[in-house]
Amino acid sequence: MKNNLLVNISPHLHGKESVSRIMWIVALSLIPAGLAGVYIFGLGALWVIILGVISAVISEMLLQLFTKKKVTVFDGSAFLTGLLLAYNLPPNVPFWLPIAGSVFAIAIGKQIFGGIGRNIFNPALVGRVFLMASWPKYMTTFTPTPKFLVWGFIKPMNYDAITSATPLALIKEGRVLERVPYLDLFLGNRGGCIGEVCILALIIGAIFLLIRGYISWHIPFSYIVTTGLFTYLFGAKIFFTGDWLFHILSGGLILGAFFMATDYVTSPLTAKGQIIFGFGCGLLTAIIRIWGGYPEGVSYAILMMNAATPIIDRYTKPRIYGS
Amino acid sequence: MKGLVKEFSKGITVLNPTFGLILGLCPTLAVSTSLFNALGMGVAATFVLVFSNLIISVLRNFIPAKIRLPSFIVIIATFVTICELMMKAYLPRLSVSLGIFIPLIVVNCIIMARAEAFASRNPVLPSIFDGLGMGFGFTLGISIIAVIRELLGSGSIAGFGLLKSRELILVMGLAPGALLTMGLLIALSRLLGITKR
Repeated sequence: MKNNLLVNISPHLHGKESVSRIMWIVALSLIPAGLAGVYIFGLGALWVIILGVISAVISEMLLQLFTKKKVTVFDGSAFLTGLLLAYNLPPNVPFWLPIAGSVFAIAIGKQIFGGIGRNIFNPALVGRVFLMASWPKYMTTFTPTPKFLVWGFIKPMNYDAITSATPLALIKEGRVLERVPYLDLFLGNRGGCIGEVCILALIIGAIFLLIRGYISWHIPFSYIVTTGLFTYLFGAKIFFTGDWLFHILSGGLILGAFFMATDYVTSPLTAKGQIIFGFGCGLLTAIIRIWGGYPEGVSYAILMMNAATPIIDRYTKPRIYGS
Repeated sequence: MKGLVKEFSKGITVLNPTFGLILGLCPTLAVSTSLFNALGMGVAATFVLVFSNLIISVLRNFIPAKIRLPSFIVIIATFVTICELMMKAYLPRLSVSLGIFIPLIVVNCIIMARAEAFASRNPVLPSIFDGLGMGFGFTLGISIIAVIRELLGSGSIAGFGLLKSRELILVMGLAPGALLTMGLLIALSRLLGITKR
């Protein structure tokens, strides 16, 4: 007689989700921003992305082979790190810059702490900050697009590129009159890093992630609202006259808030903690942008709050049911 | 004699101030930007270590336990002042580039730690050798960090340009580079079993 009473250990219901699936889906949701970046800045941007991704994957594989760990390069996390790092670079960097950044991000940002799930800081941002401190010359030279290239029907001017500052850098230097219109900021017709310029494409990816529940609204919402609020309060010489919309649309705020501050490993676990995390990120971003030495502060703000994540987690621990 | 060699060598390997005890980080991080500075700092600290260990060991039975730390500081500060004035007189360039970090040897925790943990409990000769070993270990540690940082950060070793036209890693000359280099070297020394966890 066949025994129909099988005894199994729980859990009995399996979700399809896995770390690897989530990583690939986040990478997928970043594709519109990458396409927009390549469209805006030309094929040079595509090379930066490819080099960043390939060198991240290869360095992860080599390090795992070297430390005799299980090789897990196909879980997509190294791919995602390389992709996010490349999105944080200007389009016209020398070819070795994304490679150096990816190797540093994977080796120092991730593997040295024990690999995926154990890193304290977002690896892509660690790579970016390393490049920023090491080769500021390349990291702060941007090529803007000639006007109307975004609309696609007027040919670019006959020289390859002109270098200019980002809108935030212009504000920092006090050149307020050269302010970029909001629509150009939203569509990406401005100087900036590859993945951060086209807000429209970023929002498409972010909405996809939000609807599918891969990220929650807490961090992006509190981050963006806090940045807007503080730049509105203190962004100009007179209180309550700051250009908050400009600050939300410029720089890497949207990319950082939706795709990098929401990294599962380095952000708090509870909803309350995530709101505190987002508030801290927004406050630090606004402080750096308004009073700091750098024009942009998103990467530093997120890294600093990454460091504060264990403390936030400790003080927002949910009450045990019944206690 | 064997005991003395052991007191000397432990400061270079297992109890290396930089990689094993992880003491005296302030000068290690601050002046390891070039080999020249690192050697100067190492020699100055070694001088102070040896003589403060000697005097504290001689006086160890006369110093009341309650005021031992102030007494150590007075002795250490004496030798630091000698060292500082000598350096100003004979090596003015080094003195300028090390700046405040020479007077700060007074509060360098390697010297305080050796006075408290070793010299105040051991006879004179082992204390001298302990000071020598610790000083050499410190000099070695700070010099290794300095060679790496100077080569990568400013493309030279002890002022001789080697990588002048290359793309240098600017961050290695700054504070994060010092912390990174030191962290990686500590990990390496533990991996190789030179120092212990």
